[in-house]
Amino acid sequence: MAEILTKSRARNIFYAGSLFFVVIFVVLTVHSHYYVVTKSTAGMPLTDEVVLGKHVWERHSCINCHTLHGEGAYFAPELGNVMTRWGVQEDPESAAEVLGIWMESQPSGVDGRRQMPRFVLTPEEVRGLSEFLRWADQTDTQGWPPNDAG
Amino acid sequence: MKYQTQKVAYAYFLCAMGLFGIQVLGGLIAGWIYVSPNFLSEILPFNIIRMIHTNALIVWLLLGFFGAAYFLVPEESEREIYSVKLAYLQLIILVVGTLGAVGSYLVGIHGGREFLEQPLWVKIGILIAALIFLFNISMTVLAGKKTAITNVLLMGLWLLSLLWIFAFINPDNLSLDKMYWWFVIHLWVEATWELVMAAILAFLILKLTGVDREVVEKWLYVIVATALFSGILGTGHHFYWIGLPGYWQWIGSIFSTFEVIPFFLMMSFAFIMVWKGRRNHPNKAALLWSLGTATVAFFGAGVWGFLHTLHGVNFYSHGTQITAAHGHLAFYGAYVALNLAIISYAMPILRGREPYNQVLNMVSFWLMTGGMAFMTFVLTFAGIIQTHMQRVVGDYYMDVQDSLSIFYMMRFGSGAFVVLGALLFIYSMLVVRKREVITPGPANPAPAISVPGE
Repeated sequence: MAEILTKSRARNIFYAGSLFFVVIFVVLTVHSHYYVVTKSTAGMPLTDEVVLGKHVWERHSCINCHTLHGEGAYFAPELGNVMTRWGVQEDPESAAEVLGIWMESQPSGVDGRRQMPRFVLTPEEVRGLSEFLRWADQTDTQGWPPNDAG
Repeated sequence: MKYQTQKVAYAYFLCAMGLFGIQVLGGLIAGWIYVSPNFLSEILPFNIIRMIHTNALIVWLLLGFFGAAYFLVPEESEREIYSVKLAYLQLIILVVGTLGAVGSYLVGIHGGREFLEQPLWVKIGILIAALIFLFNISMTVLAGKKTAITNVLLMGLWLLSLLWIFAFINPDNLSLDKMYWWFVIHLWVEATWELVMAAILAFLILKLTGVDREVVEKWLYVIVATALFSGILGTGHHFYWIGLPGYWQWIGSIFSTFEVIPFFLMMSFAFIMVWKGRRNHPNKAALLWSLGTATVAFFGAGVWGFLHTLHGVNFYSHGTQITAAHGHLAFYGAYVALNLAIISYAMPILRGREPYNQVLNMVSFWLMTGGMAFMTFVLTFAGIIQTHMQRVVGDYYMDVQDSLSIFYMMRFGSGAFVVLGALLFIYSMLVVRKREVITPGPANPAPAISVPGE
């Protein structure tokens, strides 16, 4: 490397430059936080049911098989748009009903087919989970996924 | 061993290798479930096994980093570790926490944020252990000589511990949850861990090649500068489709493209230093792992990362097997191989004997690296087909998966080679054979010019 770049110069560039990018990152993060709350997720209120559903989602570690907005494990279908795929995004009653039937039919036991465990949920939890998935579905994700297949 | 307290690292490396074994066995089972989905489905579902696979990985890598710090800081600072008792206390907390976490996963008690599933008491335990570590190692460095290597290493470890705070912050709003989750996940593996990696690699290169410290340390600062300049705003490549503003598509695409640079520099650095170095170090296995980690990190994190980081590509490839391919090779190259490099270098010194079982160790390198490369290729092929069928054509997920089964079989096979390599590595470290498998030839320094006919 050129002699003009001494060790102490390299160190100073590292510290100053990193600080510069941290500041930009923090500013953009603050704006993004505001954008999420006021715009991209504002289409549906963050009700107690949605929060309960998020806890159900977490308690059963759904993310370690499924993806949600494309993040998670790649062992089972994307769920960020599952309510659209099932055609029940605009109908909370049907959404909870269909989800409840689905959960109760697991595991399918079909040989050679990936098995979803049986999660025993109360009707409130099923309703919460379906509201949570509807809430996730209405989030403005910049047009992702490309189609309903997820 | 120059300083008695370096011995602490031995216990850390043993625990790290134990968890490494658990991690790869977990991966092997998960890979088998892809081939034969009914396996264990009623007793131990896939999500639990995957949690064990990923969590064991993270903890053993961290144990390796801590062990590496306890090993190299005394040599760099030229003094003993501040408190050996605290170092062992830290290790006990981490091991109890890890075993507690695995136990609670097996009975179905866990959180639900990917990689951060540890129960709250384990998370707090990790925080306490990190604080003990930072105190202990900072006291050592402050009282001794300060070098660029300890500077960068400490900065990486301090920042990664601070970022752990975000493991406790879980907003009810899913998009915010995801954004802050990446503060731990991305800013660990694509920023602060890179500082740790670069520092440990610089230490290894310094010892193995004998190149002037001044040169090594200048490279080190340049490498970590490019890592943070690109990696901090590179976080944006995770913000494309989770409900954040559209400007992240450009910021993420541009800066994460630059994320290739630090990995290219680390690879160049390692090879140039070996080229310049005059030292013929006896521990060839450690040298192989050091060059290996720099090279495979460049391909796994750099090339395979860039492959799907541009938002126009990622729109289709996001959340497919392409991500899995990248994840495996990147973690293996950058962090697994790095830990195995420092372990290969340190173990003979910690156990007070010459480099031993080097040949077996080097065989394990090629088994693991070959297996990982093959796994990455088949998952990439699977991912490309999945992307086309599911994201472009619009076929349903399970239909697409059924047509990928041949790739999952090949992935399982390559995974078996990785496990074999991992077990061989652990054997070569722990079991002392009387003689090398292949006797080395006499040392033979290279002449300045090649002689025709020879």
